[in-house]
Amino acid sequence: MTKQLSVPHLLGIKGMTQEDLELIFETADQFKEVINRPIKKVPSLRDITIVNLFFENSTRTKLSFELAEKRLSADIINFAASSSSVQKGETLIDTVNNILAMKVDMVVMRHPDVGAAKFLSRHVNATIVNAGDGTHEHPTQAILDAYSIREKLGKVKDVKVLIVGDILHSRVALSNIYALNLLGAKVKVCGPPSLIPKNIKSLGVGVEYNLEKALQWADVANILRVQNERMDVKYFPSGREYAQLYGVNMHLLDKIGKEIVIMHPGPINRGVEITSEVADSKKAIILDQVENGVATRMAVLYLLAEQIKPN
Amino acid sequence: MSSKKIMNSHEFKIILKRLINEIIENHNDFSNTVLIGIQPRGTLLLNKITNLLKSEFQVKNIASGVLDITFFRDDFRRREHPLQANATSINVLLEGKNVLLIDDVLYTGRSVRAALTALDHYGRPKKIELLTLIDRRFRRELPIQPTYKGKQIDTFENEKVIVKWDENDEFIAVLLESTEN
Repeated sequence: MTKQLSVPHLLGIKGMTQEDLELIFETADQFKEVINRPIKKVPSLRDITIVNLFFENSTRTKLSFELAEKRLSADIINFAASSSSVQKGETLIDTVNNILAMKVDMVVMRHPDVGAAKFLSRHVNATIVNAGDGTHEHPTQAILDAYSIREKLGKVKDVKVLIVGDILHSRVALSNIYALNLLGAKVKVCGPPSLIPKNIKSLGVGVEYNLEKALQWADVANILRVQNERMDVKYFPSGREYAQLYGVNMHLLDKIGKEIVIMHPGPINRGVEITSEVADSKKAIILDQVENGVATRMAVLYLLAEQIKPN
Repeated sequence: MSSKKIMNSHEFKIILKRLINEIIENHNDFSNTVLIGIQPRGTLLLNKITNLLKSEFQVKNIASGVLDITFFRDDFRRREHPLQANATSINVLLEGKNVLLIDDVLYTGRSVRAALTALDHYGRPKKIELLTLIDRRFRRELPIQPTYKGKQIDTFENEKVIVKWDENDEFIAVLLESTEN
């Protein structure tokens, strides 16, 4: 078999192909078996060095990448912007080039600015993996979400996926829409009108403002976090009102009279977008998503590293 | 390109029986033995061996598994064409077991080295043996030799040994193909 990713970096789902995603899934299947072994490590990336550059807070994504890198035997260095020379005014390219001078092969970066990963890929000589750039894309989250749907329902094609909540500020929503479209799923978004981008329909997704109706349609509901930190003005009157109109609770799920799969990328605002009862129920695959996050990130890193030729 | 048949299905049957008799000699009732096929083509040979052990030699309860070595290969990033991983399925701990690794062709020895590293992850076996249908001697790049071998052949570097199976996983033939250069 001679399959290979069509892209040299993972900057976003946009620009990737359906074959790319399927190759990542097939490879992740094998890594999922690896991380359930007594010894959860393979030597593939033993001569690769990866830097994790986080200019924005993260728990899950950072840990998940770090674990994926370690399970592939890569050497890793971690960098958090808050404790670095960035505070002294160093530019992004200078920071990264200084790190690369220490012979680093891959950069996993999260950055608050849209397009930061793409910008970096043009200016530095390393493989770039976007771990979230502002409100733009979060490709590995979309990959693990689609992988989790495939695992739970056996396929992604023709599955009705509802994305609920703050679509406007969500890089998870945008990457998910791109990925689900590539894989042939049907996508609808639901949330308060103030948090749904105006031209979202041009991405080929449906819009529904009534949560109950939307849930009735869906096979899978991916509930997004309300991103208070990105809201400079009030988009809805209060958390309590949001919870009443757009919060997913057990009462609502019982009322629609069918089983749907509940997903959440984390971190959860319990009692706002989702109640604890739902988040901790059997309907939710939130912790499976976390496990799949490691396997899919191992697949992404492995397939990208394959393209770095040894010197 | 020329192609030469070096083993037909009749010879294969005789060789397979001989190999199985050799294994039985060393493993008695197989109670402490695990047979491991190396993916993808070693597993076809593994299935043939376990089926024959059950049907013609009345050996019951044979523990077996299949091992994929893609992530353990030493030529990652150094190959012209990337390899795609296959499934691994080993549902027994290998701690203290006698492991018999099975592959179709032994050539440089690098696949076997990768398999030995991969097996580490399932415990410390008492002993690991290697069975291979074809042994391309004089082409080894590592100090690895088979415990049981079907047929030993001498080859040139521009030659390729292909074990052919049909779509029902039945053995067809072993071919030696060579490209002129």
